[in-house]
Amino acid sequence: MRFQLIGVNHKSAPLEVRERLAIPDSRLPDTCRDLTAYPGIEEAMVISTCNRVEVVTHTVNGHADLRGFLHDHFHLKPEELDPHLYEFREKDAVRHVFRVASSLDSMVVGEAQILGQVKEAYATARAVGAVRGQLDQLFSRAFAVAKRVRTETAVGSSSVSIASVAVELAKKIFGSLHGKNVFIVGAGKMSELAARHLMAHGCASIFVANRTYERAIGLAQKFNGQAIKFEDLYATCDRADIVITSTGAPHAIFRREHGEQFLARRKNRPMFFIDIAVPRDVSPDMAKLDGIFTYDIDDLQQAVSSHVADRRKEAELAEAIIASEVERFEARLSTLDVVPTIVSLQDHLETIRQAEIDRVRGRLGQMTPEQEIAVEALTRGIINKVMHTPITTLKSAAKESEATTVVDVVRRLFNLQVKGKESAAPAAKKDEVGTRH
Amino acid sequence: MSLLWLRFALACYFIGLVYAFVALSRTSDLFSRIALHAASLGMVFHFVSLVEVFLSGHFVWASVHNGESLLAFISMTFFMVIYAIYQTTSPGVVVFPVVFFLTFVAALDQQPVLLTQFVSHRGWLVAHIILIFTGYAALVLSFGASLLYLLQERRLKSKKPSSLISFLPALEVIDQIGYRSLLLGFPFMTLGLLTGSVVAITTYGRVDFLDPKILLSVLMWAVYMIMVFTRWNSGWRGRRAAFLATFAFVAALAAWAANYFSTMHRFAS
Repeated sequence: MRFQLIGVNHKSAPLEVRERLAIPDSRLPDTCRDLTAYPGIEEAMVISTCNRVEVVTHTVNGHADLRGFLHDHFHLKPEELDPHLYEFREKDAVRHVFRVASSLDSMVVGEAQILGQVKEAYATARAVGAVRGQLDQLFSRAFAVAKRVRTETAVGSSSVSIASVAVELAKKIFGSLHGKNVFIVGAGKMSELAARHLMAHGCASIFVANRTYERAIGLAQKFNGQAIKFEDLYATCDRADIVITSTGAPHAIFRREHGEQFLARRKNRPMFFIDIAVPRDVSPDMAKLDGIFTYDIDDLQQAVSSHVADRRKEAELAEAIIASEVERFEARLSTLDVVPTIVSLQDHLETIRQAEIDRVRGRLGQMTPEQEIAVEALTRGIINKVMHTPITTLKSAAKESEATTVVDVVRRLFNLQVKGKESAAPAAKKDEVGTRH
Repeated sequence: MSLLWLRFALACYFIGLVYAFVALSRTSDLFSRIALHAASLGMVFHFVSLVEVFLSGHFVWASVHNGESLLAFISMTFFMVIYAIYQTTSPGVVVFPVVFFLTFVAALDQQPVLLTQFVSHRGWLVAHIILIFTGYAALVLSFGASLLYLLQERRLKSKKPSSLISFLPALEVIDQIGYRSLLLGFPFMTLGLLTGSVVAITTYGRVDFLDPKILLSVLMWAVYMIMVFTRWNSGWRGRRAAFLATFAFVAALAAWAANYFSTMHRFAS
């Protein structure tokens, strides 16, 4: 079990850092390929959402230089990045993956979106061959664990979504939402959800602007709203009291000068920007304007954190499930670890047995079928008796932490060359190759 | 006797004062209900006190202390009207301390001073006092609202989770309270100043604009007008509005203090 995980999330790194690490969907396959080509990494997968960027790997010897990879890939200096990074290995990495998939590590604990995002990341990495054996098993198990957490606890049921927090904040600014206008910039699922909540609380009308005008029309029709051409965004945006923005633009699309224009045209009536895009769509200096309120994804997290306490009990239950699942997964993987060694030990002794029979057959001369059977049974019996103790030891060691040591000793004693990823001997060789790069 | 009732009222308003300080740091529904009931009871005592003053003699409202008492009562009435409309006690954060201070000063001692020289213009004088005090009360309230607006704006901008559970009403509600008080107060203040001028002209034959009381009153009115205009024309809110409101409030305080220096606007005979 040589899993290694490195990353940043909404708790460890501010939005400014996450923005620089965010990997667009289109570049995920290449990043996965780069990772698998990196020294010491066998399998790799990247989870990049607005709240986290994580690299999950299965390594050759459990000590790949993932930090080095991140520095190279994002052209960042260690002092810029390292204070925000967390790194997990082996069991801790498994636990973290389970927690992420089960939405226990999410900004809004229990929200369902993260599982879909992890599944997409898994599919992408699998398609390019970056996920094969071990990571495949890890994530298949993680999805099962997430399902178990969802069905056995109430963590997901009372999830406080970003959308409902946005509604609460809008009410703190506007009081009643009746007659207020909403502008959706960038037709994403999240903004659609937020808009649905706002409409349910009495907002009057919706405008939708999207780079692809057809998508804007599609979303506007859902709400009986009005689609706006993206180039008319700045000319019409001041008609909205609440702006939900989630475009994939690499730079802020709302800047201070836009805010000033909007306020002048609105006679300083307040505006509320809900910015759920990473990188952010609303420049931070907008918030300095009187009458403009901007909440980005991190600010919303702070607001929801007050609700998190309500679900702490359910989360504790979920954590217990995760802990037991981590143990089970570890035990299963360890057993799998020793199987190739047992098989090759059996193969090795069988080869010796066959060779010895062939060697003495000449001296014994022609044997009757009964004699053949007797010799076969005798030699097999000896082999089985000899193998019994090592196999039992290997199997019991698999459940303990010393599995690798025992496997190593057996292989050295019998000089075993084992095929397969789990073997320590080829792994060591591969590592030597890796470190020479 | 009126002083006794006023002191009862003061005790009730004291609870409101404590609420004003507590409400700044924490939210308590129970305490805001207690403060509201105490304030209502205080108003009953206060009303009794004012009626006794009225019945006790002519033009006794024109004494400084009774004037303060009347102003405090009108401010409380405004507070209650706002509570009836918006179901919020938060303007109390500003109104209660002002009312407590005014009532406290008024309840210090009896001041049976009469404006004997105005006897022939009683109607104008009463109109002047009521109009101008209503204007003052509205100004206190819009000043309070602009401070609360700043506070709420800062809370929302600080983005702390506590901003969701703050005791303050929504920003736009505070804004409406402030703007409506402003709009309501302005005509009262204007008419109050005009009736005051009528009283001055009929008494002295002229209005001395260099008299500190009159000068400061005109200044206060000018700031008041600028506030209404900037709000109506460019929708000034937040910091700029609070700045103007503070300026108008200080001018109002100065105009009140000028009673002691004015030669025209004298309470004492």
